[in-house]
Amino acid sequence: MCLAVPGKVVAVEDGSDPLTGLIDFGGVRKQACLEYVPDVRVGEYVIVHVGFALQRLDEESALASLQLFEELGLLEEEFGDAWQQAAREAGEPAPAGAPESGSEAR
Amino acid sequence: MKYIDEFNDPELARRLLDEIRTTATRPWALMEVCGGQTHSIIRHGIDQLLPEQVELIHGPGCPVCVTPLDVIDKALEIAARPEVIFCSFGDMLRVPGTDRDLFRVKGEGGDVRVVYSPLDALELARRNPDRQVVFFAIGFETTAPANAMAVHRARREGLGNFSLLVSHVRVPPAIEAIMTAPACRVQGFLAAGHVCSVMGTAEYPGLADRFGVPIVVTGFEPLDILEGIRRTVRQLELGEHRVENAYPRAVRDDGNPAAVRMIEEVFEVTDRNWRGIGPIPASGWRLSEAFRAYDAEHRFDVAGIRTEEPAECRSGEVLQGLIKPTECAAFGTTCTPRTPLGATMVSSEGACAAYYLYRRMNAPATQGARPAAEEMNPVA
Ligand code: SF4
Repeated sequence: MCLAVPGKVVAVEDGSDPLTGLIDFGGVRKQACLEYVPDVRVGEYVIVHVGFALQRLDEESALASLQLFEELGLLEEEFGDAWQQAAREAGEPAPAGAPESGSEAR
Repeated sequence: MKYIDEFNDPELARRLLDEIRTTATRPWALMEVCGGQTHSIIRHGIDQLLPEQVELIHGPGCPVCVTPLDVIDKALEIAARPEVIFCSFGDMLRVPGTDRDLFRVKGEGGDVRVVYSPLDALELARRNPDRQVVFFAIGFETTAPANAMAVHRARREGLGNFSLLVSHVRVPPAIEAIMTAPACRVQGFLAAGHVCSVMGTAEYPGLADRFGVPIVVTGFEPLDILEGIRRTVRQLELGEHRVENAYPRAVRDDGNPAAVRMIEEVFEVTDRNWRGIGPIPASGWRLSEAFRAYDAEHRFDVAGIRTEEPAECRSGEVLQGLIKPTECAAFGTTCTPRTPLGATMVSSEGACAAYYLYRRMNAPATQGARPAAEEMNPVA
């Protein structure tokens, strides 16, 4: 989680509070808060950490980073099912009631 | 040159390595601060590709690893309460407390939820007004703007059932602690790119001057790391100690001013204990006076919990670069990612886990072998 993942802004919800947009991380799409990069436009790349865009990034570096993250398995770690991962590491089944997706509320 | 073909530009990697090789005339020890850099270095065998004179020491930049044991125990205590929905990033689930972890608390009936963003925890608080929602706010400067925003909005909305268990840490005081430790061998730093994308570079020139060390802001991709090493070694050979930004595509000198403003409004600097290292003055943040009502430690009265770390775990020395993980007697025997003794074995960003994952067990036959996919964080 100390890495920030680059993604492409595919939609900005104008007038949302906090300012929110839809970001594409090499196929995985997630909402992110854009309050810290308020003038970002659709089509630009940003670095996103725990649901917050922190800086812009050029397309070439963004795509290179995404490829590396894919290779390192970090996209799976960031967006995959954390309970299944933890269960695998513990050598036990995932606890009852744990959701299938890695993210709760959205 | 086992791994070099895996670089996305092997030619450039070769050129950078050649230049490092011809530049380095003496032994130099550099520390990469960020756990993501450690992961990338071990995965790509960068430390093994470097000329012998250049040694990399793995720094403390993994938030999961440095979160102290007593904070984990506080989290477990709060998470086990029936009225609480405890929200955490997924990589905290398996960090061992004194006798269990969050994964186990969930198995025993605690309502532990994994969230992607602190705003998800805030949304859970809105939807569950009759429950107490607690978010485990750990991390470095990169995570702080998100956590600050969550609690800022909670106060604005008057949400009485939301709070943070805060264990935020800051990099510059850690650099200072490393440099003032009697056994310190570090001569230059690769600073953490994403921390600087928030904070900028203003905190570093004072450190570079005071300790006479080059500090080069570095990304985490293999080529970024090689470039960071090249620039650090060049400064060292020239007897210079400046702050350089080798990651300008993501780091502006002033960082992200809006994010910094939010951090400064919500948090104030405090002393923090680092797992394995101990207390470092001014090395963290806690909620400032105006937001103290949102502090889970006080709301659930767990501030008094104190715990000792297991004596056989040498993660403190690992985190300070004093030993390599393989020099710990427990490494790979009583301590594995499945049965971790210290947090540096739990998170894949931790040095012990990175060594284990990529089979750096000083056994030539297995060096460079691929990670056992089932062990942890399998590559999709
Ligand atoms: S191998 Fe395990 S016990 Fe040894 S220092 Fe690393 S985490 Fe601690």
